[in-house]
Amino acid sequence: MVDALPGDGHQATETSSLRALEVSSITVELGGRTILDDVGFSLAPGELTGLIGSNGAGKTTLLRVILGLQNPTGGSVRVASAGRERSVGYVPQKFVLDPDMPLRGRDLVALGIDGERLGLAWPSRARRALVQEMLDAVDASAFADARVGRLSGGEQQRILIAHALISRPKLLLLDEPLANLDLRSAREVVELLARIAREQRIAVLISAHEMNALLPVMDRVVYLANGHAACGTADEVVRSDVLTRLYGHPVEVLRVHGRVVVVAGPSEEAEPSHPHHHNHIDVF
Amino acid sequence: MSSVLHAIFEPGFFSSELTPAAIGGLVAIVAAGVGAFTVIRGQSFAGEALGDIGSAGGSSAYLVPVPAIWGFLAITVAAAGVMELIGIQRARGRDLATGIVLGFGFGLTALFLYLGTTTTSTTGAPIVILFGSLAEISSSYLPIVLALGGITAAILVALYRPLLLVSVSPELAAARGIPVRLIGAAYLIALAVAVALADLTIGAILSTALIVGPAATALRLTSRPAHAALAAAGIGLGCVWLGLLLAWDSYYWPHHGWPVSFFVVTLIMLVYLLAGVRRPNAARARRS
Repeated sequence: MVDALPGDGHQATETSSLRALEVSSITVELGGRTILDDVGFSLAPGELTGLIGSNGAGKTTLLRVILGLQNPTGGSVRVASAGRERSVGYVPQKFVLDPDMPLRGRDLVALGIDGERLGLAWPSRARRALVQEMLDAVDASAFADARVGRLSGGEQQRILIAHALISRPKLLLLDEPLANLDLRSAREVVELLARIAREQRIAVLISAHEMNALLPVMDRVVYLANGHAACGTADEVVRSDVLTRLYGHPVEVLRVHGRVVVVAGPSEEAEPSHPHHHNHIDVF
Repeated sequence: MSSVLHAIFEPGFFSSELTPAAIGGLVAIVAAGVGAFTVIRGQSFAGEALGDIGSAGGSSAYLVPVPAIWGFLAITVAAAGVMELIGIQRARGRDLATGIVLGFGFGLTALFLYLGTTTTSTTGAPIVILFGSLAEISSSYLPIVLALGGITAAILVALYRPLLLVSVSPELAAARGIPVRLIGAAYLIALAVAVALADLTIGAILSTALIVGPAATALRLTSRPAHAALAAAGIGLGCVWLGLLLAWDSYYWPHHGWPVSFFVVTLIMLVYLLAGVRRPNAARARRS
């Protein structure tokens, strides 16, 4: 793990019992390859954190470790328990549903209450009200009665977020929720997630290979590269010196028109001349 | 509708068709209910494959003195197990291997039917196995069908919620602690039993129609999963009963006594087409 700041003051002021998630020196080896190497960070309730890294950086693996679907080779994960309630909400990467599948957004949200139980769920006024409350919270009421498979990517994300939130988790994990969304939908989803984190005091962890959409709302960054992580605020982490140490290569962080671009460092002169062609370049 | 009049006013229909109506009705409800999930899960190919392979089981039952249902059941459940092990529940990717295995299944059917007709002189066996014989079904099947149908329906009701979640997204289901593989395997067993029942009633070749047809129609009519399963069961039941009625009446038609299976699959297709006609009005019903 690469600390953005020695003795990160933000973390030191809070006792560990207030943390929604604590990831301690996680190491994951798969097929002889080290995917994650000594990754550690913690999330506080009410904070929105970006899990940033290029494809293959280990973002999904890290989320799977937190969900308990992947056993780490070393290290530990502690999720704040919320009594009997499910404490982790999860929104998987965009899935493709058959447009004719007879499942309304409303039904999918209801499955968030107790979808893992055997037997039928008898409809009740309380269930319907809870589902409606969640649909309203994510502004999804307008399309809640349409088949999920026919909704747009942004609409599906809202339904999935409501599905994850309905069990009142303390921690919400989203795997690349902005991939495949147009810019406007992405901004709306990001603003929604920031609002949810703030109002419901939930720690929200969003994985993304592109950080610019998250920059305006992101409280903290967990930046993954080469299996290592750098954690802190965006200003602490997204810096040339920190990312150079993380990548193990000279890397330069440029700010172009209010957007952040990570390019190969000065040693490779040819590359930085095309920042406008890319929002964000990970250079190895 | 002189046809319906014949059946209702001639004496004998309700007494002689009681057993077929009871067995066919039960099978239709179970097969179509299971079928709703088959279609939701995109596994209609598995249903087709199980039905085809089932013909080998049904025909082998003519060689040993056991009711055909046990032959159908043994081979569909075994085939479901193999499918689960090697993961060919959908056509994509493994279509060649599956095609060869299905061909082999029919090869076995051909052999068993040949042996059956030469050794036991059951000349009607091919027709019965491949195309069903609901009208002549023995009432001794009723307890077996009742038990198997009950078990299948119970599995379906028990798995309802996890199965839906697994169908939506295996990742999402796994994150909730649902044993995705186990749920899929349990469902495949339920499908295998439903296929065996459908093989028995309308024949190995036509059984897919009873599994997939009513479900495909139901999907056009409703966008709620539970409603779809119930609608499929209702459509299946209606098609089988109306099919029996028409088959009974067909004794007064040219060539006397048309097969029930023909009427059942024809009705299933007609209902499916009708549901497509009314679809544009119901499409994308969005509130406010």
